[in-house]
Amino acid sequence: MTAVSTPASLQRSMHAMDNAEVLRIRNDFPVLDQLVNGKPLIYLDSGATSQNPLSVIEAEQEYYEQRNAAVHRGAHHLAVEATEVFEDARQTVADFIGAQYEETVWTSNATEGLNLISYALSNAALWAAQGRGGSALKELAIGPGDEIVVTEMEHHANLIPWQELAFRTGATLRYIPIADDGSLRLEAAAEIVGDRTKLLAFSHASNVLGTINPVAQLVSMARRVGALVVLDACQSVPHMAVDVKGLDVDFAVFSGHKMLAPTGVGVLYGKQDLLDVLPPFLTGGSMITTVTMERAEYLPAPQRFEAGTQRISQAVALATAVNYLTETGMDRIHAWESTLGQRLVKGLEGIDGIRVVGPASGTERIGLAAFDVAGVHAHDVGQFLDDRGIAVRVGHHCAQPLHRRLGLTATTRASTYLYNTTDDVDAFLDAVSGVRAYFQA
Amino acid sequence: MSLDQLYQQIILDHSKQRHGSGLAETDAPDGTSTGQSHQLNPVCGDEVTLRLAVSEGTVRQISWDGAGCSISMASASVLSELGEGMSVEELHSVIDNFREVLRSRGKVQADPEILGDAAAFEGVARYAARVKCAMISWVAAEDALNQATA
Repeated sequence: MTAVSTPASLQRSMHAMDNAEVLRIRNDFPVLDQLVNGKPLIYLDSGATSQNPLSVIEAEQEYYEQRNAAVHRGAHHLAVEATEVFEDARQTVADFIGAQYEETVWTSNATEGLNLISYALSNAALWAAQGRGGSALKELAIGPGDEIVVTEMEHHANLIPWQELAFRTGATLRYIPIADDGSLRLEAAAEIVGDRTKLLAFSHASNVLGTINPVAQLVSMARRVGALVVLDACQSVPHMAVDVKGLDVDFAVFSGHKMLAPTGVGVLYGKQDLLDVLPPFLTGGSMITTVTMERAEYLPAPQRFEAGTQRISQAVALATAVNYLTETGMDRIHAWESTLGQRLVKGLEGIDGIRVVGPASGTERIGLAAFDVAGVHAHDVGQFLDDRGIAVRVGHHCAQPLHRRLGLTATTRASTYLYNTTDDVDAFLDAVSGVRAYFQA
Repeated sequence: MSLDQLYQQIILDHSKQRHGSGLAETDAPDGTSTGQSHQLNPVCGDEVTLRLAVSEGTVRQISWDGAGCSISMASASVLSELGEGMSVEELHSVIDNFREVLRSRGKVQADPEILGDAAAFEGVARYAARVKCAMISWVAAEDALNQATA
């Protein structure tokens, strides 16, 4: 028998992350190595936007230094190289979420992806009404009497596009309420998702509550009535292994900047049979087959939804970010952040006058926690923490209806990522424990 | 710039003991003409509704309702206390002065002779993200003043 040595990368993937590894990871992130107000920066705002490792920053720079050209056109060397890295990036991201290459569409961010679906669907109604696009479109067309269902915990990006789709098509918007513990009321969902439901849109994980929603149960409710499922994966894809095929959703969206990549690039996943029949959202160059002065024929997905010159360097950088995450291991990252999330909640629960929103400690949540401090406005909490070099988000986190439901106008949110240690969490908790005394609350 | 210079005791006090707070509890004095303005900062959700009553060229009453951070609430309270009894012209000029100080990024010093307790907000000018918090009730007052004297 020959002794087989385990490669270092595999060895690393077998054991859990710890503070020592996180400190090594942190060295890859130049922006984290700085003082804020004379104190070492503790970055706990990755739920809003994450930081970039050097490899991602260099990938974007290298693209501009060596390959920059317009993709999918021109026969010259640079154009060929640019197209190659751009499309390789698409394959990398597709593999990361278990999608096919053709099902992976570049967008500016998740918000644009959700608007793309919303407009493609109302365009479907317009097309179908005029006999354009074949019989498949008729089934997708949404109109008066139909219902679009969202949840009470949605980010505005996964709410307003559906409000506007309902307005454009005459459909009715309904929502699944939440329970006081921040979970969806599934018994209510089972009543709301019915024969009239054409589309069910919900977040995989809440950006405020930290709740991880039961995708399988919600998908099966939608399947029973033949409704489309749209998954907002902004707070899941960066933090845990997500397999869109396994989840069996029809569409999923996420943003690059929340997963170690630059701003300006996001991804829309859609099942191929849907993407190939849906009308485009934006039209113009690079997405057509034949154009006359009167009309145009469109390419299949993904180009069908990528009008105009694309965000090439950002796509390349996003693929580099995906490689960074994959090498660290999504399951390991998820486990580490779960530990941090539990430590956050448990610590906050132990501080007088703090009310954590979402699941209590001991219940599954992603690595973030939002909370109210009795007698102190979130904006003041954020200022107090900033003075200690701690970056958090304050406000309604683009979820006003959810905050209204919680009886709050604003909360403070600490959100972690793979570069945060338990010491970061402890320093944050220590600072929070001094907030009420400082403000004499 | 330390946090204590931002959150001066006078600001913390006013954020809790809010002068002029409670629109429903106060009626505008008889014989005054009133203006009312609602201002919202969508970034943080700070909200102020302010009513101002004027007669014979003098500001008789400034009442308000609001929800928001300590800076925004204290600022409304100080404004209400400071502005009552001023002439319309005086209040306009004090609002202009306050705005100039707040938008100066710390370059223009607050003169307590002009601004009274509102000079305590000088430190806010160094925190760009908080200037709107301090300004919101003053913007409402300016709007209400214009309505009351239109």
